[in-house]
Amino acid sequence: MQAYLLRRIAQSGLTLIGMSVLVFVILRVLPGDPAKMLLPEGAPQSAVDELNRQLGLKEPLYVQYGIFLRSVFRGDFGQSFQYRAPALLVVRERLPATLQLTLCAMVLTVASGVTIGIVAAVRRGTRYDYAGTVLAVLGQSLPSFWLGIMMILLFGVTLRWLPTSGFQNWTYLILPSITLAAYPTALVARLTRSSMLEILNRDYIRTGRAKGLAERAVVLRHALRNATIPVLTVIGLQIGTLLGGAVITESVFAWPGMGKLVVDAIYFRDFPVVQTVLILSATIFVLINLLVDALYTVVDPRIRYR
Amino acid sequence: MLAFARRNPLVLVGGIILLMVVLASVCAPLLTPSDPVRPSFGQRLRAPWGLGGTSARPLGADNLGRDIYARLLYGGRISLVLATSAVVLATGVGVLVGLVAGYLGGRLDDLVMRLADVQLTFPVIMLAIAIVAVVGTSPFALVGVLALSGWVLHARTVRANVLTIRHLEYVDAAWALGASQLRVVFRHVLPNTLAPILVIASSQFATMVLLESGLSFLGMGVQPPQPSWGGMLAEGRDYLSNAWWLATVPGVAISLVVLGANLLGDGLRDLLDPHLRA
Repeated sequence: MQAYLLRRIAQSGLTLIGMSVLVFVILRVLPGDPAKMLLPEGAPQSAVDELNRQLGLKEPLYVQYGIFLRSVFRGDFGQSFQYRAPALLVVRERLPATLQLTLCAMVLTVASGVTIGIVAAVRRGTRYDYAGTVLAVLGQSLPSFWLGIMMILLFGVTLRWLPTSGFQNWTYLILPSITLAAYPTALVARLTRSSMLEILNRDYIRTGRAKGLAERAVVLRHALRNATIPVLTVIGLQIGTLLGGAVITESVFAWPGMGKLVVDAIYFRDFPVVQTVLILSATIFVLINLLVDALYTVVDPRIRYR
Repeated sequence: MLAFARRNPLVLVGGIILLMVVLASVCAPLLTPSDPVRPSFGQRLRAPWGLGGTSARPLGADNLGRDIYARLLYGGRISLVLATSAVVLATGVGVLVGLVAGYLGGRLDDLVMRLADVQLTFPVIMLAIAIVAVVGTSPFALVGVLALSGWVLHARTVRANVLTIRHLEYVDAAWALGASQLRVVFRHVLPNTLAPILVIASSQFATMVLLESGLSFLGMGVQPPQPSWGGMLAEGRDYLSNAWWLATVPGVAISLVVLGANLLGDGLRDLLDPHLRA
């Protein structure tokens, strides 16, 4: 298993390098003049020349990439010209708010998605199952920004129950978390349901029932544990959905996180910040999926990787 | 037909929803005499018909007095065309890449699949807004960005299928009969991967509509004054307290299309690929 983990770590490293190439291509190769893009508008020619020299823009591409990679490793992501501070600092300041929101949404996704899925599978064909399916289809079809706005309209504007913009205490978390969690919850619910249905037909479940186990124990200890593997994979992949969804959700609720930061940064053409957010969120995604892979072996001891 | 409908209600319902929306967008000039972009300040924030408005503007008017019903119909045209082109492009590229990678294997296969892994590390919408910020919001750029988010799923599915199919007896038989590589791939391997491709393309249409309207909502998709559902929603957000219909109406339209495409996708999956039944 150690060998497996080592190999996965090496693979993740490779993925991260590939990711840095992609960011480099998008932000340095696609635009005509990266120096102009990385500097505020109306910057003097001397500054453009200086940055050209720093980034080695006259050098061949692979040298430029080397320079790019070296500065990234040193934590030098350039200066945000919107905030006049190092881009990494600007992004790091916004990171906790986004992590709080995504974590909250993740907990909501797992708790409600898995519960709905189990109930739907155990009560297959009843109105509980039917209601769960309708909820899941709706969750996958309503655009998150619209759902968010409609909740603002209902709970904020009309009923005045909940705050709808900014972040001061935990009540501010409620609406954005539900908005962000809706889509992944639907996905997890459907997957849990189908995964549970498959497992509930297995022989060992019948054995469990035959030897007189309480239905609770059959479902929660024997079936759920085995149904967890595919669900876990999807949850890991949903981190990407959540981080991406945060871009839109944070814009809807004026949430002071990384997602709103990147949208604002693009309006101001603050590319050092855009670059930092891209690299940081991809890194988080890779690390979390590495963690999920490691978790498999805990959930299912049968998994012994070659 | 009736029997088909009873066995596959999802395909039928989803198909009808999509068909109606497509027809409404295509026939926009027949369905409304209004101009979707001409402001009319006397009509500012006029309520929908039945809620204090008139039948001339059945869904009310927006902050510039433009007819929301007309904007909805014309905005649908743009969203649907962008999403359709993106699905076609993503499917074409994905299928081709998947076929080649799966059939030839080796280094090329490794490279392509690693590339797919790398791309998946970025949240779709972040990658999309970063690229749009650099290359601009022309329709071509938008279709390209949308397609970029979709090719991986096709490529992976087709590749996995090809890997199983290429060692089946009928493929060996075609080989033995002297069929060329191209013929084997396109006549014998491709047709047997069509079912999952169709299923994916259908649900992907839903994703594309969501992504396009999301981009337009953030101001990085279809640019004003062109009407787009996401853009209308964004404008309506500022008028929630006094004109709720501005943001409500386009959201219903997006949800309907996405719902239709999702139902169609689910139905097709049940129909064509019972193993994947969720």
